Order: sequence, then C-alpha cells, then structure tokens
Amino acid sequence: MESQTAISQIVPQVPVTDDEQWTTIIRPRNGWFDIDLGELWRYRDLIRLFVRRDFVAQYKQTILGPLWFVIQPLFTTLVFTIIFGRVAKIPTDGAPAFLFFLAGTVCWSYFSLCLTQTADTFVTNAHIFGKVYFPRLVIPISIVISNLLKWLIQFGLFLGFLFYFMLKSGPITVSAWALVTPLLLIQMGLLSLGCGILVSSMTTRYQDLRHVVAFGAQLWMYATPIVYPLSQIPEGYRLWFLLNPMTAIVESFRYAFLGTSAVTLNYVLISVGITALLVFLGIVSFSRVEKTFVDTV
Amino acid sequence: MSTVIKIENLWKEYRLGVIGYRSLHRDLQSRWARLRGRPDPNAPLGAEISRESGKIWALKDINLEVKEGEILGIIGRNGAGKSTLLKVLSRVTAPTRGQIKIKGRIASLLEVGTGFHPELTGRENVFLNGAIMGMTIPEIKAKFDEIVDFSGVEQFIDTPVKRYSSGMYVRLAFAVAAHLEPEILIVDEVLAVGDAEFQKKCLGKMDQVAKGGRTVLLVSHNMSAIETLCNKAVLMNNGAVALHSSDVRGVVANYRKNDTITALSKWVNPDGRLYSNQWFTPLAFYIGDAAGRDITMPVANDTDVWIHFEFTLHKTNEALSLGYAIYSEEGSMLYWSYYTDGAEDLWPKLEPGFCRLKSRLPSRLLNEGAYKLEFIGGIHFAEWLLAPETGVPIINLSVQGCLSDSPYWVMKRPGLIAPVMDWF
Repeated sequence: MESQTAISQIVPQVPVTDDEQWTTIIRPRNGWFDIDLGELWRYRDLIRLFVRRDFVAQYKQTILGPLWFVIQPLFTTLVFTIIFGRVAKIPTDGAPAFLFFLAGTVCWSYFSLCLTQTADTFVTNAHIFGKVYFPRLVIPISIVISNLLKWLIQFGLFLGFLFYFMLKSGPITVSAWALVTPLLLIQMGLLSLGCGILVSSMTTRYQDLRHVVAFGAQLWMYATPIVYPLSQIPEGYRLWFLLNPMTAIVESFRYAFLGTSAVTLNYVLISVGITALLVFLGIVSFSRVEKTFVDTV
Repeated sequence: MSTVIKIENLWKEYRLGVIGYRSLHRDLQSRWARLRGRPDPNAPLGAEISRESGKIWALKDINLEVKEGEILGIIGRNGAGKSTLLKVLSRVTAPTRGQIKIKGRIASLLEVGTGFHPELTGRENVFLNGAIMGMTIPEIKAKFDEIVDFSGVEQFIDTPVKRYSSGMYVRLAFAVAAHLEPEILIVDEVLAVGDAEFQKKCLGKMDQVAKGGRTVLLVSHNMSAIETLCNKAVLMNNGAVALHSSDVRGVVANYRKNDTITALSKWVNPDGRLYSNQWFTPLAFYIGDAAGRDITMPVANDTDVWIHFEFTLHKTNEALSLGYAIYSEEGSMLYWSYYTDGAEDLWPKLEPGFCRLKSRLPSRLLNEGAYKLEFIGGIHFAEWLLAPETGVPIINLSVQGCLSDSPYWVMKRPGLIAPVMDWF
C-alpha cells in the first residue's frame, strides 16, 4: 500500500481551492455501497498472514493437529451411514452409502464452518477493530480461505475413499465435471461469506443472533440434500429446495464424482443467482456497519 | 512546509443509548409493550432526560492543519475529545460530519501489539502485526533485522510469545511500530508502558522520526514529554480546539491553569464509607469562606480562606490528630497543620457523632499559583490513618492576584510562598 489512491469525490460544502494531492480522505459513511475493493487488494498480504495465523494457531493448540480435520468428517459420515443408510434405509441413488454421505459431509462442513466463523467477525475482532484500521472484509475473507486448507485435507480423504470403492466395487463413474470442483468451491466460499457477513452485521445490533447461527446452520443442513438425495424429494417440493443454493452445489459435486444426481443446469443457474444476491446483500449491510461498529461496543 | 493533515469542520456524534449490545428479545419486548400502550419494561430509569440528551457531540467543528515535520502534542482533560479525534484520524471509526484530508501514509499506535497471537512465535507475530499496521510482506522482510535488533529479544525470536515476559512482549510490539516508517505517526499514551529505559528509547525514536521530516501526533498526559518533544500543541476542551499554538509551554501552562480552576475544591465521601477507620470517617473536605459557603476560584490573595472538615467521630481519642498537608503545583510540600497544633486547652472539643472543624488560611501567605491540599490524620505516635501522599482525599486551591497593597509588588514573585512581612 505504497500509494493509497485518492478517493476522488466531489465535496459540496468545501470548495477545492488547493490542487494538492491528498492520499486519503476520511469522511462520513456515504451511500449504501461503500466498499473499496482496490484497497482490499492492497491488503492481500494481511489476508495471507491471517490465514497462516489461523492455521498455525489451530495446529499448535491441538494434540492431533490437522488430524482433526479428518476425524470429524469421518465419524460424521460413519454415523450418517449407520443411521440414515442402514437404519432409516434412505436410498443413495445407487452410489455406495458411505461415499454418498461423505461427499455431502465434506461439502457441508466447509460451508457451515465458514458461515459460523464469518458470522462472528465483529464480535471476535472487536478489540482489533477498535485499535487499528484495515478493510474489515479482510477478516471474513481470510476465514473463508483458511478453511479451504481444511477442505483440501477432507477432499483428499474423500478421494482416498473414492479410489478404494472404485477398486473394490467397480462401477463408479467420475465424469469430466469433476474439473469444475474449484468453481463449486468458490461458490460455496462466496455463499458462506455472503450469509456470514450479513449475519455478522446484524449481530452488532442483536447479539442473540449469534446463538441462532449455530442452530440455524444445523437446521439448514437438513434442508439440504446431505443425508438424502434430491431425487427423493417429490416434484412439488423441489422448488423450495432450489431456493437453497447449497442444494445445487452438493448435488453437482455428487454428480461429478458419483455420477448420481437429479441436478439440472437450471438448478445450477438459480443457485448461482441466489448466491450472487446474498453476497451483494452481505457486502451492502457489512459496509453499513463496518465504519461505525466501534462506537457500539 | 506543506500541510499533511487538514481537518475540516469535523463533527463526531455518539449515541449514548446504543452503547453495548441490544438483544432481539428485549427489543421485541419493548415494541410489544408500546403496541399495547404499556410502559416499556426496558426503558432506563429517567428515560425522559436521556431521550433529550441521548446524543453527545464528542467532537464539535474541529478545524486543524498539521504541517510536515511537526510534532503536535494534543492535550486536554479526560473526555475532551482527544481519543475520539485520534480514532477518527486512524480510521477506526468514521466522523459524523466534515472530513479529514491526509497526505502520505498514516500509522497509528493506539496500542502496541494489536493482533499479537500468543501461540505464534515472535517472528510470526512481527509479520502479522506489521501487516495489520499496513506494511507489506517485502517491507517487513526488509526491516526485520532492524526490528529484532531494536527489541532486544533476538534470542527468543522463534519462541511463542506466550512465553515472553510482559516487558519483552511490549518491546517487540513497539519495535514493529517504530519501524513502520509512515509519513504520519499517531501515538496515544504508548509511552505509559514499559520501564524508564525503554520509554527513553521510544521518545528517542519519535524524535528521530520527526527529525526525518515526518509528522507525529502525540496524545499524552505526561506534560513534560509534551514540552520536551513537541514543537506545536493543541489544547482540547469539551470536544473543541481551545488553543493551537507553537508556544508549547504556553499551551501546557494554560491547560494546567484551567485544570486547577475547574478541579474540585470540594471533596465529598461518595458513599459515606470510603477511608473509614475505627476512629472516624471523613465525610467532606472543602474550601470556603468562614461560614462554609463556596468561594470562587481562583481566590484573590487578600482574602482569608477557610478549610473545612466534616467527619463522623466513632470514638474519642486524645491522640487523634486531624489536619491537612499543602503542596505547591510542582509537588513540594509547604507544611502540615493539625487541629492539635496549639496549646492543649485551646483544641476544639470533639464528641462522637457528626463533627466539623475549620482552619483559617491567612491572606497574603501563599504565592500566586495552584495548590493541592490533602486531608491527613493519625493517632499521634501510633499510626497513620490518612497518611500524606497515599491517595487520601485531595482538594485544589488556586490563588491569583492581589499579592500586596504595594505599588511595587503586583507580579508573582519566585518562591513557594509570598507572605507580606511587617517592616519597621
């Protein structure tokens, strides 16, 4: 950030008499969309270091270290396989039950982790925010990125089991669509970022919402085809499932790797549209809160 | 010299009502009560008053220009708006009206070590903290050796900072801040941390920053630091700039004068229990006329001043001594005085229960200036109950003018006291 480019806007009450070059102009919050993306880019090193801090700190504080990222989805999937697969006998579109649930869990755990953590942005960083300025969006962005590393480990786990099942029981068709996984991941990151910062800007007014987030994320999981396939949902209800952008993401992921899904291109487009809308709403409400948040704590 | 900071018509408003988190439950409760025409169960007591004064202006129409290379000291009493101004300048919070134009990179030290993580090593924290302050990774790399050298913790640079002593922690944190190399450095009371040796180092560093043509804004309650470091000073009062001058000593003197005038000349025990001991409980300690009525400060030197004491006596004790100690502005003690200083049969009689004592401070004894009086007391030869300079009740007295009736003596003379002696 050698040179902070001037935010050139017309200042009505003060006639500009000097033609000096100002690097920064501090002014009241103006407009409903007041986020300087260029500035965010200049702070990319900070994002990098926050990601590193999150990873190192978490790694150092636990005995098992990164192993936790493997244990958690593994056990969740085992429980799902037993309860929903064996006991409730929910069909899995012909894919091996364990792989089916693992695919859902790997996607969902990334999303819900990002969501719950970004929702706490203002509350957990109140102290830093009160002492030093940097674009506040740096925090939720670094959360979404640092969780990517965890996702990669879990994705590795998934691939491991996928190969194991392919060798053991044969016919699983991984299609070329697997190559769009990074896009799915980006969409999930953006979606959780959008929802998270939307909630976080509301938690500055209502702290109760923090409790709603953890609980809400759990309910949201059951509203997403994680423990059941979309194909099991009657046509009449599908529309409601499509309003949930995670539906298309999870189903697309399964389609790519397990070849089983009821997802269509339309579903994907709706999902992308709703994601974009949520990200937009999130940024707008975040920008309303970030400049004066400090006054309320 | 070019202007590097230009503050134009800056206002900052705080809403008193929104301090702290609201809960959705309570808001709904309040709304429901209003809907039914019931009183709001969550309204603060005396809400009528607070609704009127629910907003305060922490900064009122500030206009200020800071030139390149200035070391500007910002002084003022607590609540004068100094910290708010620094917060707005460092972009921690946004102004309500007006604007600030800044030329160059600004770094603010409202705190050292912001964002330090205990699990990370010194090295990792230097990078993280530097980036939080706005440095890029290559910049930190270039400065790294210098930072470690300045901090003096090179041996432990790869140890997690949770194992650091608090001194080492502050040293490392300040070292990062000191090497930011911004064009404008904002410092808030950071000097208050660390030992004397380290403070000296920090002051030296700030001086060096300013000599390098960069600009420093410093908020401090340490007037001698302001006087030695700064070449310009701003006195803030009640959210506005009261004085802005390059006569730093003048501004500091003005602050001191104003401070003593408005400082309390009356102390009242807030809950009636403070400083209580088995012999007595002080209730009030104040300056007034002979009848105990308030007198306006500063006091002219040709009037008698009475020092009043009110207390509850629990038990009588022959050896109980109560009185006051008086200090000059610079802190030198002038004298002690006890009600038991005269001959024994002239001492005021005290009975258990509510008691009053008063003592005359003769006119034409003190010099022009500000004085501090302490309520002191003890059991003679046995123990202190209110020992001088241990945070006992304090009141202030300021004396100005009417030093003598002589046409030759109208100005303040050197010396702690200025009595008019008899000449024959």
